[in-house]
Amino acid sequence: MKLITAIIKPFKIDEVREALSSIGVTGLTITDVKGFGRQKGHTELYRGSEYVVDFLPKIKVELAVSDGSLESVIEAILSVTNTGKIGDGKIFVSDLSQVIRIRTGELNEDAL
Amino acid sequence: MQIKKILITACLSFISFASFAEGVDSGDTSWILTSTALVLFMTLPGLSLFYAGLVRSKNAISVFMQCFVIACMVSIAWVIYGYSLAFTEGNAFIGGTSLFFLAGIGRDTIAPGTTMPHSLFVIFQMTFAIITPALVVGAFAERMKFGAMCLFSLLWFTAVYIPACHMIWGGGYLADVKDFAGGLVVHLTCGVGALVAAIVLGSRKGFPSSPMPPHNRTMVITGAAMLWVGWFGFNAGSSWAADGLAGMAMLVTHISAATAALTWMAIEWIKQGKPTLIGVATGMVAGLATITPAAGSVGPEGALLIGFMAGIICFYATQTVKGVFGIDDSLDVFPVHGVGGMIGIIMVSFVGVQGGFLGSSAGEDWVPMEQLLIQLKGIVVIGVWTAVATWIILKVVGLVTDLRVSEEEELQGLDVTEHEERSYDLV
Repeated sequence: MKLITAIIKPFKIDEVREALSSIGVTGLTITDVKGFGRQKGHTELYRGSEYVVDFLPKIKVELAVSDGSLESVIEAILSVTNTGKIGDGKIFVSDLSQVIRIRTGELNEDAL
Repeated sequence: MQIKKILITACLSFISFASFAEGVDSGDTSWILTSTALVLFMTLPGLSLFYAGLVRSKNAISVFMQCFVIACMVSIAWVIYGYSLAFTEGNAFIGGTSLFFLAGIGRDTIAPGTTMPHSLFVIFQMTFAIITPALVVGAFAERMKFGAMCLFSLLWFTAVYIPACHMIWGGGYLADVKDFAGGLVVHLTCGVGALVAAIVLGSRKGFPSSPMPPHNRTMVITGAAMLWVGWFGFNAGSSWAADGLAGMAMLVTHISAATAALTWMAIEWIKQGKPTLIGVATGMVAGLATITPAAGSVGPEGALLIGFMAGIICFYATQTVKGVFGIDDSLDVFPVHGVGGMIGIIMVSFVGVQGGFLGSSAGEDWVPMEQLLIQLKGIVVIGVWTAVATWIILKVVGLVTDLRVSEEEELQGLDVTEHEERSYDLV
């Protein structure tokens, strides 16, 4: 099993959700985060001064998938989040050693 | 029986004649009752929201606390000694003690020279006394210790506001200065007080290199809108009557606000490329502050001019205080209120004259250049008094307690360190 962590532009979240639903993904968690990569900050104005905001709002999407679904999930996310501009984000894939469904106690593959 | 009827009728007519002669006018009284509520609304919560939105979220509670507690303290002090020292006869600079604890003011007492109950006049003036020290909060926001702030504000109200009020409105040394609703009494005092406090306390950590933008601009504009509406009570209520003067004062107040807001917006748009919400809100407040001393004498054309001047001059004043002088008057109290008040005071000489430049609604007449000298005298006396008194008070308070929180407390934020409360208990 794998844990997919995707940092995406906030306005993309609805498209990501729809793309994942259409391939049968049943659950995910999102968090409001801030960050930067190669996309430098943007400028804002206050009382006549421009200042640079380094940390840009992003959304972190986390979902647990079985090894077999990994490719299609990544493909689905990439297809809707790629705008070709700096700041599109990143996808991290890490190994997941255990998954437990709290309500029923089901483990691993059964809990996905 | 006949004699009894005659006597009763005579008594009744005497009483009603007496009321006419003493004259509590219900129209005037209703309006001033309303104005009082409007002006208190300017502080609670208008100014509180405006200021709280401008600071960082970790200090939002501290700003609300400061404004609310100042309102409470000044209210009590006004009743105990403030009103008496401001409005009774004394000497040129301070009044007397005859109305300490408002002694003798009952339900039927009428305020001298007005058509309203004395109790109402007391509380109407109280709302002005409340907002003035609350405005100074903008200078030392985000770094002053709460206890020190309380002591400072109470002493400042006593030694700066009361004498200023007495000198100009209480028949004191500056009684010939035309200050309709508080260009000197409220705006210059709070502006200069703020400047001195900002200098004595020193800048916030990180100023000027780190940007410290408002944490909640929606709160700022909400508060600003409340100030606009409340200012109708501030300026139009200063006619002390429900009459044509109040109507015109309300009209010119509104015109100045709108004109200054658009002027500020235009400058920003041209200079920086984008019009901002904070700019519109600030411009509007500058317009209101500037028209304050002139609201009783200018007409609509004069208000357009004053609003326009407020927008331009206060905009550049804001850039100068922080940018050129490096003074961290955190929420720009001096450039908006101090400078605005001074512009208004000066302009009264020129645009307030009956039938004069740009017409007016003044009932009185004066010679512009003569009045200008009197107005300038007012600016100098109030300005210098405020600066010196503020400085002394800060030094005195500094002997009793630290004025500023520690550097670490300042970084953590005053909400948790001074009040052990969080403004926003989000997950």
